[in-house]
Amino acid sequence: MTTNSPSKVHVTTTINGQKHELLVPGYMSLLDTLRELIGLTGTKEGCLDGNCGACTVNVNGRIVDSCLVLGAEINGKEVNTIEGMATSEGLHPLQQAFLEEAALQCGICTPGFLVAAKGLLDNEPSPSEGRIRHWLAGNLCRCTGYDKIVRAVQKASS
Amino acid sequence: MHPFAYVAPSTVAEAVAVLDKHGDRARPLAGGTDLLVKARANVWELDAVVDIKNIPELMKLSVSNDGLSIGAGVPCYQIYDNSQIAAEYPGIVDGASIIGGIQIQSRAGVGGNLCNAAPSGDGICPLIIHSAVAKIASTGGTREVAVEDFCTGPSRTVLKAGELLVSIEVPKPAANSGAAYTRFIPRNEMDIAVAGVGVFVQLDASGKNFVSARIALASVGPVPILAKEAGNSLAGKPVNDETIATAAALAKAAASPITDMRGTIEQRKTLVEVLTGRMIKQAVERARG
Ligand SMILES: Cc1cc2nc3c(=O)[nH]c(=O)nc-3n(C[C@H](O)[C@H](O)[C@H](O)COP(=O)(O)OP(=O)(O)OC[C@H]3O[C@@H](n4cnc5c(N)ncnc54)[C@H](O)[C@@H]3O)c2cc1C
Ligand code: FES
Ligand code: FES
Repeated sequence: MTTNSPSKVHVTTTINGQKHELLVPGYMSLLDTLRELIGLTGTKEGCLDGNCGACTVNVNGRIVDSCLVLGAEINGKEVNTIEGMATSEGLHPLQQAFLEEAALQCGICTPGFLVAAKGLLDNEPSPSEGRIRHWLAGNLCRCTGYDKIVRAVQKASS
Repeated sequence: MHPFAYVAPSTVAEAVAVLDKHGDRARPLAGGTDLLVKARANVWELDAVVDIKNIPELMKLSVSNDGLSIGAGVPCYQIYDNSQIAAEYPGIVDGASIIGGIQIQSRAGVGGNLCNAAPSGDGICPLIIHSAVAKIASTGGTREVAVEDFCTGPSRTVLKAGELLVSIEVPKPAANSGAAYTRFIPRNEMDIAVAGVGVFVQLDASGKNFVSARIALASVGPVPILAKEAGNSLAGKPVNDETIATAAALAKAAASPITDMRGTIEQRKTLVEVLTGRMIKQAVERARG
């Protein structure tokens, strides 16, 4: 049972392939844990209530809104964020497609869309347009009107 | 957010001991998609949250000849990704598939949906029409409550401080039965039901007559409503437009909605009638296989 001190929880986790040991306040969101404790600020804060998807990260293969997860909950889990998408070989095909299709303007929603779309393509390499739109319904964009985002995801699918 | 401690017990006994100690200043954490939103909005001031997702019993999802057992912490995607559940309990899958978007469904479950007790909860009516039962534990032992009696008002349930929902037990549906749930929202996804309707029907072997039916309504009263008369009106009757219209009118009469930013009383009542007709037809189609 993880009690420790009433306020901080000892968390061992893997983030973008790297082991991390952290002391996380029990009430701290995963979003703040990533941004404030670890310094991974690529994950964005939008609504803080699960509606915009800007804070999307991948935990054990499932996309989640990190504003609605506690940092303490990632103990023993594998977390992947936008910072883990590009490799030494270059941008992820989704990132490249977003650039080519101009699927972003202000960019605040982009990390969330990319992590969410990767969660889809990792399991379904060639989704239909309808499937892509349904999958991305938990991500809001105020700039692009979505069409360019959907086209970019289609371009990156095989 | 009021600073609270995070506790992650691995047994029901440990969990209920912590809940008992803190009374109403501690709450179970399932997917957190209601709890963390409310904690952030200072709906409650909590000293502790008790994460239930390390308790194997509460994460168990099993489907067998005895029926379907849904652990209180099981997320929606595990329900709709299960092909046997999709085949045997399509109404429950209808509900689990429309709670939030993909990110929400990775975390949110029907257990949390039920305990949150929103009148609009899309997971609740499908359980009610299936005559599901909630299994509850506390330091005093265990008890069972029919899901139709579980919600007592908006955000209010039969659970007392210190009580924990362990699982939801859904009896195996009779032969020649089918179920369906839908809601009306102005968008395609990610919205709160203006009105929702769930229907369970059992047909006779010919598929032409109703043996029994249960109809439940969301977002048209302080709690999800079991429209008993509407369901009972179908028992022993032939499947035709007239019997379906009668049941739909009775469902409309059972709705007691309010007017708010999402819809008016008139709109909601009309929606209940229209959706009830549609869901009876869909449940019949599914029952005929
Ligand atoms: C963006 C967004 C969209 C949403 N869309 C929908 C929608 O379309 N339809 C819908 O119905 N809902 C929707 N919701 C609400 C929410 O996602 C659902 O109600 C969900 O099913 C809650 O489940 P959870 O596992 O996240 O519960 P939690 O948030 O973990 O818990 C909910 C409540 O139940 C209590 N609780 C949890 N587990 C137990 C237990 N085992 N015993 C006793 N009490 C317990 C908690 O303390 C809390 O009070 C949405 C929420 C968000 C943020
Ligand atoms: S910040 Fe998490 S969903 Fe908007
Ligand atoms: S690019 Fe500005 S919100 Fe999407």
